[in-house]
Amino acid sequence: MKSLEELKAIRERMQSQVNMRDGGHTATRVVVGMATCGIASGARPVLTALSSLVQEKGLVGKVTVTQTGCIGLCQYEPIVEVMEPGKEKITYIKMTPEKAAEVVERHLIGGHPVENYTLNAADIK
Amino acid sequence: MYRSHVLVCGGTGCTSSGSQQIMETLKAEIEKCGLSDEVCVVQTGCHGLCALGPIMIIYPDATFYALVKNEDIPEIVSEHLLKGRVVTRLLYEETVTPAGIKSLEDTDFYKKQHRIALRNCGIINPEIIEEYIGTGGYQALGKVLTEMTPDEVIQTLLDSGLRGRGGAGFPTGLKWKLAKANDADQKYVCCNADEGDPGAFMDRSVLEGDPHAVLEAMAIAGYAIGASQGYIYVRAEYPIAVQRLKIAIEQAREMELLGDDIFGTGFSFDIDLRLGAGAFVCGEETALMTSIEGKRGEPRPRPPFPAQKGLFGKPSILNNVETLANIPQIILNGPEWFASMGTEKSKGTKVFALGGKIHNTGLVEVPMGTTLREIVEEIGGGIPGGKKFKAAQTGGPSGGCIPAEHFDIPIDYDNLIAIGSMMGSGGLIVLDEDDCMVDIAKFFLEFTVEESCGKCTPCRIGTKRMLEILTKITKGQATMEDLDKLEELCYYVKNNSLCGLGQTAPNPVLSTLRYFRDEYEAHIKDKHCPAGVCKALLSYVIDRDKCRGCTLCAKTCPAGAIIGSVRNPHLIDTDKCIKCGACMEKCRFGAIYKK
Repeated sequence: MKSLEELKAIRERMQSQVNMRDGGHTATRVVVGMATCGIASGARPVLTALSSLVQEKGLVGKVTVTQTGCIGLCQYEPIVEVMEPGKEKITYIKMTPEKAAEVVERHLIGGHPVENYTLNAADIK
Repeated sequence: MYRSHVLVCGGTGCTSSGSQQIMETLKAEIEKCGLSDEVCVVQTGCHGLCALGPIMIIYPDATFYALVKNEDIPEIVSEHLLKGRVVTRLLYEETVTPAGIKSLEDTDFYKKQHRIALRNCGIINPEIIEEYIGTGGYQALGKVLTEMTPDEVIQTLLDSGLRGRGGAGFPTGLKWKLAKANDADQKYVCCNADEGDPGAFMDRSVLEGDPHAVLEAMAIAGYAIGASQGYIYVRAEYPIAVQRLKIAIEQAREMELLGDDIFGTGFSFDIDLRLGAGAFVCGEETALMTSIEGKRGEPRPRPPFPAQKGLFGKPSILNNVETLANIPQIILNGPEWFASMGTEKSKGTKVFALGGKIHNTGLVEVPMGTTLREIVEEIGGGIPGGKKFKAAQTGGPSGGCIPAEHFDIPIDYDNLIAIGSMMGSGGLIVLDEDDCMVDIAKFFLEFTVEESCGKCTPCRIGTKRMLEILTKITKGQATMEDLDKLEELCYYVKNNSLCGLGQTAPNPVLSTLRYFRDEYEAHIKDKHCPAGVCKALLSYVIDRDKCRGCTLCAKTCPAGAIIGSVRNPHLIDTDKCIKCGACMEKCRFGAIYKK
């Protein structure tokens, strides 16, 4: 290695990966419903999209992406919940990888929930 | 990009309890479930909780699975990795609370720990240099080479207060300063990885879990003292450590972090391995250097000190593995950061290898000044079976014991010396009421007699005579005059031996004599071993009232020493009895006891 820049480049590339192993003490938790209902309606690509984007955007350390079991609203799967400390939980329904990208951009980075994908926006009777 | 990392410990402890097989199964199951692109399996170094191995941690949640078995893997993969449901029954018990799963960092074992030397152990894959770089690796070397002069590096170490972790506690910065002051065409940086104290394995863990930290620190040392060549002297009995060091050196050379013109600064440094053949004395600095030179590993008198005339007659420094592992962090975080931890004269942290009568056998790193009580009761989880703490043995064959009366002593270099023990490399063996202190002293002396190189008479013959007296004591054949002679010999060997091995060999005897003289006297005067350990002084007896005549003991006895008929009380023939205790273990009525 002939320069510090080279070292820095490797570090930045590896950092998000290694940071994931920092103890799971991150502030914001993003949870994807991954029970049978969730998986059947396509939760897996949503989970991988969220996880990859969080790493790509350098949010590891601030945001944890994990799975959970059935949330109980099977007809609205894939469901993604975003839990920020001190704020009300936001539940996104009928998610797709594309919608997930939007949530990362606008909610996790921008700080504003994407209202029209949330459970509140859906007309539940 | 992976959404989840599964870390499996590949240290010696977990490897011997089957972690390699677990990793294979894990990869196969992940493949089977089609998760290969989402989940990666990472082999790491030691997490410290060796008693609970094999250990597996799943991130991003840091879920901690303990005592994992191969047959548990399919369930972990399909439940946890595929469906996201934690397999609670396999979790480390202490993390399971009524309120949910507790973070690992909040458990008693980890809560009071502060990991500097072990910071990457159990976190990164030691066989991938990029992972080390990802945690800030080789940044300290970059900083030193581009921003600091050698004198500034040495001053930083002096200011940090770092002292050698190998046992003697010599200030590291001072050692480097002395070596730098001597001009020579060639100088050497040596790493002492000949960890030989029975019960100590922190250096092995660092080498297995974070080998690059040692390489980086050695290169920094090379820059500071003006050396271009380093040697790591590592015991051949550490095959995993040797293997990972080889890989690490290879990778560092490929990336040109070792070799010529590092970072384009004109500084060149390379490292080679030298394997030790298992002689304890080769951990002594002059013997170690003699051994690297290809000669028989024997110590030589000092002065000249290695800083003047060391390896191949050139100015050299020798640092211990744990000492080196601290150095990149001191460079990056500053000497004030390091000096803010610990006690007045002992800064930073120390790694202890917990062993003996303790729940959490393993490796812990705590700030200097942590009390023995905190280490044993809180971090170590106390003594199994509700037994009483009797003493802790620190420093292996060179150290001594800390009795219960000093349970609250803050542990640092000077406090331990003051109470007649020493830090040593950090082995900490917990003894309870069932341990005989004379027997412990004898155990360590047997070790030093075996390992004495024979070059100087006080050590070669003195330790042998001491062992003979100790053996007499444990057999109940000694007199009080023998005890006086033993003590006199201790001081003679201590004062007249050539190297540290002989000079410290009497310590286990001296410190047990200091705190447990009554036990020695009981062996001599009453022909009685209070702890019931010394075989010659005890006999097994069957209580006639409790014995139901089930014949189990008679069947168990390997010497055929138990006589008696069915449903009648049995009797032990003391002439035939070999005192193995097998009958007592087997008896279901508690009818057999030691006298």
